[in-house]
Amino acid sequence: MLKFTAEHEWLKLEGDVATVGITQHAADQLGDLVFVELPEVGSELTKDGNAATVESVKAASDVYSPLDGEVTEINQAIVDDPSLVNSDPQGAAWFFKLKLKNVSDVDGLMDESAYKDLIG
Amino acid sequence: MDDQAVLRTTPLHALHLSLGAKMVPFAGYDMPVQYPLGVMKEHLHTRAEAGLFDVSHMGQVIVKAKSGEYADAALALEKLVPVDILGLKEGRQRYGFFTDANGGILDDLMITNRGDHLLVVVNAACKDADVAHMKANLADCDVTLLEDRALIALQGPRAQAVLAELWAGVSAMKFMDVREVPLHDVPCIISRSGYSGEDGFEISVPEAHAVDVAKALLEHPDCEAIGLGARDSLRLEAGLCLYGNDIDTTTSPIEASLEWALQKARKAGGDREGGFPGAERILGELANGTTRRRVGLKPEGKAPVRSHAKLFGDAEGKTELGEVTSGTFGPSVEGPVAMGYLPVSHAAAGTTVYAEVRGKFLAMTVAALPFITPTYKR
Repeated sequence: MLKFTAEHEWLKLEGDVATVGITQHAADQLGDLVFVELPEVGSELTKDGNAATVESVKAASDVYSPLDGEVTEINQAIVDDPSLVNSDPQGAAWFFKLKLKNVSDVDGLMDESAYKDLIG
Repeated sequence: MDDQAVLRTTPLHALHLSLGAKMVPFAGYDMPVQYPLGVMKEHLHTRAEAGLFDVSHMGQVIVKAKSGEYADAALALEKLVPVDILGLKEGRQRYGFFTDANGGILDDLMITNRGDHLLVVVNAACKDADVAHMKANLADCDVTLLEDRALIALQGPRAQAVLAELWAGVSAMKFMDVREVPLHDVPCIISRSGYSGEDGFEISVPEAHAVDVAKALLEHPDCEAIGLGARDSLRLEAGLCLYGNDIDTTTSPIEASLEWALQKARKAGGDREGGFPGAERILGELANGTTRRRVGLKPEGKAPVRSHAKLFGDAEGKTELGEVTSGTFGPSVEGPVAMGYLPVSHAAAGTTVYAEVRGKFLAMTVAALPFITPTYKR
């Protein structure tokens, strides 16, 4: 099940662990990424709080946590090669995995058609 | 949308849109920040082939003495800049800056001897103030902002080959030469200069013919349109200052490490020593040094360190030294690059300082500028 936020993160739920990344639309808007900073494994994230930082040639942008939870895994591949985020943002270039505090919070996020309406 | 309504446009605006540019407000103009190629590839293309930049937002100003004599215009402008303009030969260009009474920098500019007058090119954001400044201080000169000309920069190792398609004589020009030449039967003023660290040209074109000339250059397979995003990373790798970031009224030319722009004639013991605003401070700093200097900074990690990041002498952020004035990722350097001001005690190449970025203190090494090897055709 794929869910989306208005801040252009996607979230894929398996059990109580969500894989989180940024959308194709966000990657296109940011342009060529040159730097990614991810949260530490074990850190507690809160909904809409800073989770990661991405930088293009031009500017730094924050990536927010879609929900409350604990980081269980991070994707070192995008730290080593930030351009992966531009080439496969909704696949191989996931950012981190989050063990959700309340799985039912997922119901409050957008589905794919609602997100597509948002970005026009 | 209200912002957009008041933005000015250049003669190439419709061309940018047709090329799929992403437009942003810059110095009051709606300008292309990047094209579909993207900042990274635009930057690398310019270093490898040739890039075309619309810099029509910049101010092109004619300064002509009422007497009609070049020397009178040159001596008049020398009252505002610490540069030898009288000694500039016809068809040659030189870098300079307007200084204020405190020795700060009001704007930086390019100055050309055009025979019986001067052509100066100033920054877009400063052009109204610069024109007012010159009109107020150059009573015996006519100062005219050219509102009907575009300015097209063509930069990169293939720039000469691209321009040669329109004018075979281009190969005879050297760095900082300026020639008036017909391109497509349109009188254009071409200078061999630029803002990328590469060989290249800036071409002043009458507004009505700007699109034709730009399209003719872009027809060459080696030439791509390049936006302001890559223009910034190119100039930063080349160690060139951006007015408003790296230099402004709070920085003197000597603090800014721009003393190379002052010729002998205007320095102590020269034929026309001083005689520009802030001369006492600027010549004093030339003789006795200054407390801080603009330096290149190379972050040791992968994170770009942006302008206004504070610089410290220690990794705990206890001793604040200065700040970063420009910082980005350098695609040709394949890593982050920056410039900033540091006390002379920490300004030697190889010194380690620490920049505060998102609460962390990242090590940076003071580095010689430029970060790349320029390919100017001397």
